Amino acid sequence: MENNNPLSPHLQIYKWQISSLLSITHRIVGVINFFAIVLICIWAIMLVFGENSYSILNTILDSVFGKFLTISLCWTFSFHILNELRHLIWDAGYGFDLKISKITGIIAFIGSFVLTILFYTLGRNFF
Amino acid sequence: MAQFSLPQNSKIEVGKYYKDKTNSKNLKKVNVYRWDPSTGKNPRVDTFEVDMDNCGPKVLDILFKIKNEIDPSLTFRRSCAHGVCGSCAMNIDGINSLACIKSHTDIKGDLNIYPLPHLKVVKDLIGDLTTLYKQYESIQPWLKVDQTGKEKSELKQSQKDREKLDGYYECILCACCSTSCPSYWWNGDKYLGPAVLLQAYRWINDSRDGDKKERLRKVADELKLYRCHTIMNCTNSCPKGLNPAKAIGSIKKMLATS
Repeated sequence: MENNNPLSPHLQIYKWQISSLLSITHRIVGVINFFAIVLICIWAIMLVFGENSYSILNTILDSVFGKFLTISLCWTFSFHILNELRHLIWDAGYGFDLKISKITGIIAFIGSFVLTILFYTLGRNFF
Repeated sequence: MAQFSLPQNSKIEVGKYYKDKTNSKNLKKVNVYRWDPSTGKNPRVDTFEVDMDNCGPKVLDILFKIKNEIDPSLTFRRSCAHGVCGSCAMNIDGINSLACIKSHTDIKGDLNIYPLPHLKVVKDLIGDLTTLYKQYESIQPWLKVDQTGKEKSELKQSQKDREKLDGYYECILCACCSTSCPSYWWNGDKYLGPAVLLQAYRWINDSRDGDKKERLRKVADELKLYRCHTIMNCTNSCPKGLNPAKAIGSIKKMLATS
């Protein structure tokens, strides 16, 4: 028998929690990272084609948009790494306590910005 | 692919507005999800002005006040009114909880009450939990022992082994956790959901049970178990303060290490 009763509202009404927000961010950022890695591979291949292609890329990455892109990708990788560490700790059987998971979540979120600055300045100044 | 928006017949319309008739100065606006199967119309949200000076402290008290004094057709499940039976589970102020133990004084502003999320609505605040009960049955929630006939003897359990069930045996199957889980929303037909997996763990973890390996083997499934992505909405919503996320994590760990 086909049940034509309405479906009760879900996403529309459910209140966001820190944990659920971080979880969906983790997933979105993961997809972005997938494309970022493809981009990095293309970049590496282009370098093989010599100085000319390198300078084209360099101007792109030095523009405002390029910098925005690099910093954004630094953040997506930073966040994914730190939140993945939380998953690793969960898989080992720890950190499920509500309070602890909230704290680790906040640490991962704030830490992702610290790591971003670190990655970006290191990359700018040393490589 | 999961459907994130509500189907056409489930879109919520603006309902009736019940103005206060008691001239009370302490009013609270209560928005309640309504759907009547006999009308053939879409669900709606009715707003009730409730006199808080003459109302008990719990959300269930408000619902009873509305049913007794304003609209007797309001439909909801309830039984014990003390957080033991799990009948009055619903979405209160955006989080699943039991109406009988949720205090409305904690909630500032208007009070929004919906049925448990992503279920077929039977009427008003009652959702259809048939699938969840079937899934519960599928994990065989009873002791399984090899003893037969004359050999049957008392199954003893040490205090230490008994303590392993603390935090799991208290589950009242109100479905607050399962219906708070986005994974369960999108894959509710295949993924067992936090409530049933917590119960599964409760039996896996029982020292008296003789079927641990088989139970683990049955639950070790890409869809049944590993749709849990530790979103932790379940633990956030559990009205009994239990931790389904931890139970699921423990099952995953057992599978990884056994």
